[in-house]
Amino acid sequence: MTSKDTKKAVLVGTILEEEVVLSLGELCRASRLSAERVIELAEEGVVEPIGRSPESWQFRGVSLRRIRCAQRLKQDLGVNTAGVALVLDLLEELEELRTRLGRFES
Amino acid sequence: MRYKDYYAVMGVARDASQDEIKRAYRKLARKFHPDVSKEPDAEARFKELGEAYEVLKDPEKRAAYDGLGTKWQAGQDFRPPPDWNEGFEFHGGGFTGASPEQFSDFFDSLFGRAAPGGGFAGATRREFHARGEDTYAKILIDLEDAYTGRTRSVTLEHTEAGPGGRPSVKTRTLNVSIPKGVRQGQHIRLAGQGSPGIGRGGRGDLFLEVEFRPHRFYRVEGNDVFVDLPVAPWEAALGATVKAPTPSGYVDLRIPPNSSNGRKLRLKDRGIPARQPGDLFVVLNVALPKADSEAAKNAYTEFARAFDFDARAGIGM
Repeated sequence: MTSKDTKKAVLVGTILEEEVVLSLGELCRASRLSAERVIELAEEGVVEPIGRSPESWQFRGVSLRRIRCAQRLKQDLGVNTAGVALVLDLLEELEELRTRLGRFES
Repeated sequence: MRYKDYYAVMGVARDASQDEIKRAYRKLARKFHPDVSKEPDAEARFKELGEAYEVLKDPEKRAAYDGLGTKWQAGQDFRPPPDWNEGFEFHGGGFTGASPEQFSDFFDSLFGRAAPGGGFAGATRREFHARGEDTYAKILIDLEDAYTGRTRSVTLEHTEAGPGGRPSVKTRTLNVSIPKGVRQGQHIRLAGQGSPGIGRGGRGDLFLEVEFRPHRFYRVEGNDVFVDLPVAPWEAALGATVKAPTPSGYVDLRIPPNSSNGRKLRLKDRGIPARQPGDLFVVLNVALPKADSEAAKNAYTEFARAFDFDARAGIGM
């Protein structure tokens, strides 16, 4: 296959939030964080694992988005883990209110 | 290359104390952080802010910057003076937008470039065999693409260490099939399209975050889609069957008699065709024809005569 053909090939992906379940290891790799940090975020409720112990934990795809956002808030604004959990919940609520407001304003 | 006024970027006076600069940074960083802010240019502002703070927080860099003098205007063509000393130690800035690799040419010319792959990204590279890193990018699609599942080409930019360790920006174009039913903020995972691995390690994955291009008439809320449909007063009052746009094409919509302005008609499962399909809501928007001719004025007069109607009854006037 020439490089031109490679470019033309259509890549088919999966929707992370709907079809994908991540193990602790996969989530660490995708977020580039240590298992300790992910466990800390899970204990604070930033992400909600399914399963009994970290070895068998499974995360819904949406967890990756929350973890990455949490990490950016920590590094850029110095928000601690409990604060990050609060900010994420408030941001979610704000997003919902903004969409509802958009319906009335337009 | 253009001169940058770092004091103006941070909104502080040239004689601001280090404490004032720190406070201004904290405040603006919260305001323009791309995860928090809805300002349209938040990302650009946040990057600019990170660059300004990188210089002004460091008394040494700040003194050097001040040494350029006050005659410069923001945006003015700039070249570093010949006696400029480039020996600055580089600590590396924040993270999101303030990645030092993305600082401006103006910054580079004064303080040099940071080595690429610094910070946390370099941590996994010590092992001989390592899987490549997972990478991220945004993809802007039309709402219609989520209905039909179309193929879109995406151009990705990434920084690579070129000859002599100088970072250079490379682009590559991928054709990506947009999965039907994808929603705003979701990620499309493309296995094996991330960074190349080291040794026998495979490539990482590429995550594309989906964003819908703002649409002229559709609004999206989760899986549901909203559209305003203008209707004539007699259509709303008497009922009618009219053509209504949906992202998957026009439909014939029956408007029930006695519909009022703002009435929502739900078209079940005509929202985003996700695993749990959303609904399409058509919001009626009664449009009044202008009374701009004799016949039109007469019609309105007749209209008024036919009703015993108090529009303000509800507010007690």
